[in-house]
Amino acid sequence: MIKGKFIDNLPKIYGIYTGGFLVFIILMSIAEQAGMSKELIGIFFVSFTVLIYALIGWLSRTLQSDAYYVAGRQVPTVFNGMATAADWMSGASFVAMAGGIYFKGYGYMALLVGWTGGYVLVAALLAPYLRKFGCYTVPDFIGTRYGGNLARFCAVLVLTLASFTYVTAQINATGRIASVALDIPFNIAVYVGLASILMCSMLGGMRAVTWTQVAQYIVLIIAYLLPVFWISNNIGAGFFPHFMLADEVARIAELEGQFGFVKNSAADMATVPKGLAQITKAHSAVNATPWAFISLAICMMAGTASLPHVMMRYFTTPSVRTARRSVGWSLFFIFLLYSSAPMLATLSKISLMDPNLATGIIGKSIAEVQALDWYQNWNQAKLMFVSDFNGNGLLELEEFFMKGDAVVLATPEIAGLPYVISGLVAAGGMAAAMSTADGLVLAISNALSHDIYYKIINPKAETAKRLIVARILLVLIGFAGATIAALEINDILGSVIWAFDFAMSGLFFPLVLGVWWKRANAAGAVAGMLLGLASGTAYLIWVHFMGGAGFLGITASTFGLVGASVSLVAMIVVSLITEAPDSATQKMVDDVRVPSGKTILGKQ
Amino acid sequence: MSKQEQHWEKTRGLLFITLAIWFVFSIGIFLFGAEMQESSIKPFGYPLTYWFTCQGSLAIFVILIFWFAGRQEKIDDEFGFTEREGDQ
Repeated sequence: MIKGKFIDNLPKIYGIYTGGFLVFIILMSIAEQAGMSKELIGIFFVSFTVLIYALIGWLSRTLQSDAYYVAGRQVPTVFNGMATAADWMSGASFVAMAGGIYFKGYGYMALLVGWTGGYVLVAALLAPYLRKFGCYTVPDFIGTRYGGNLARFCAVLVLTLASFTYVTAQINATGRIASVALDIPFNIAVYVGLASILMCSMLGGMRAVTWTQVAQYIVLIIAYLLPVFWISNNIGAGFFPHFMLADEVARIAELEGQFGFVKNSAADMATVPKGLAQITKAHSAVNATPWAFISLAICMMAGTASLPHVMMRYFTTPSVRTARRSVGWSLFFIFLLYSSAPMLATLSKISLMDPNLATGIIGKSIAEVQALDWYQNWNQAKLMFVSDFNGNGLLELEEFFMKGDAVVLATPEIAGLPYVISGLVAAGGMAAAMSTADGLVLAISNALSHDIYYKIINPKAETAKRLIVARILLVLIGFAGATIAALEINDILGSVIWAFDFAMSGLFFPLVLGVWWKRANAAGAVAGMLLGLASGTAYLIWVHFMGGAGFLGITASTFGLVGASVSLVAMIVVSLITEAPDSATQKMVDDVRVPSGKTILGKQ
Repeated sequence: MSKQEQHWEKTRGLLFITLAIWFVFSIGIFLFGAEMQESSIKPFGYPLTYWFTCQGSLAIFVILIFWFAGRQEKIDDEFGFTEREGDQ
């Protein structure tokens, strides 16, 4: 059936894969009708998909450094777009985003704008130039462009801090989903998640991660879109929800006015399990100040353009031109999910709130809600809670509590969809978290093995030895991430936002100016990275941990603004008071700006 | 001015246009979020600001990147800087 090289057959292979996955969903729904238990369906979905990824990971094993670090630089535009989308859309995007929109509305939707707008910066400022550079890792670019091990080391430092903050959240998410779907305790599930992640990346590095990420994208996008379309059709909201939910959005605003946002007393709130919330913000009203919205969007955009696990995906395309187009495809595939998240939040909310719908629970008696099958399940998982604070026997809007993650995970059940959809959603969330974790773990271990071990410690190391070091580091970093994830320090989303701010503080200007400002030199870049990172971190500690008031409305979520501003000023001032880069470096920058010709590192 | 300098000048020009459009739809319009929300323009019936955060800005970014890539390719072609087989 398949002849010739793997790369030439990609559409066919992934076409068959997608078809096979759809058949699997149909088989599972038949099995559900035939009486298969919920637990078994969940186990089947998660373990079947994870085994497929592991199989791809094993088939993509390699002993060549080009394949291990940059997938042989032969990933076609559209497929790289899909892989980047999976790399990008984390457990936070998949599991937490619709929940955030559900609870916080407009102020939170700055993330939608930020996490997409950043790609314009990636395409216009960085990706094509870094592709022309021909590096293996982001610190590789910094180290070669500015020269010197110190700059390289600083870049690795920022990369590790930002990516590690991010990866613990992803491993945490895989653990949470595995623990719900496979019905095992969380602290064991974290290591099950880790094992799945490592299986995808350890043997084949970037090559394996690329082809598993494409497979994961297909699973996650089906898992996200199917329930959105299904629920929308189910409640008669329209067959294409994205263009047809205006009435529902208006209806929610009407119901919000009717129910009101009543604040619970502190004593009442003390009885609510930690991390659960009630709706306190209007669904579609503009309820954040322009600055709160814009500052968050700016941080996410600049962070997007500085996060190394995204940037390194564009090192795998065959050319500069394809790298540029590939950014467009990445954003297109991301757009498919992001434009659906607010729709899912809308559908979820209307399903719960509207008394005219069979699924509506607000206004029903507390006893009736507590008897619901799905309520009992999610209550047991500590993701939902109701309490009759005012003692009238009826459920009020402010008496229903849910954890943000539950919006995506539980909505199919709430809306009365068959359980097979919930199993599918669990598999999708797992795919989203795994693909991002893989990209991040690989970014860190590649930077440590290539930039620290090979470029600084042992430049004479043979390929085989380098790849062994890379794999050992991969496992160690994975374990470190899982160990911290098991401690459950921060919400999934909290640490994700911090990762963007860290990356932005330390790397945004050193990367951008490396291409766009010839005069930038090593001393300036080092000052920019270190002072940016230090000031951003100090601000975070001050505001978040020491209860500082902050200034200019900059919060713990937007501390990147402080870091990046300091970084920019430091970099310009220090560059200007020190010597200009030598003519070889200036020539290098000139060459980076022209797409044709050999890559910079290919020449050396 | 050398060929390479001209190429870079045009590239930089395209960058500024791209960033200007990007700025309008990622930052500019949200300065007027509250005002826009009251507008009688309602794409697909959604309130205007809400629509931009859900779909509008996002879709514009997708289109913008493809437009930018096309323009940049034209600039590269014009100066003969397009990659050829075997460049890598």
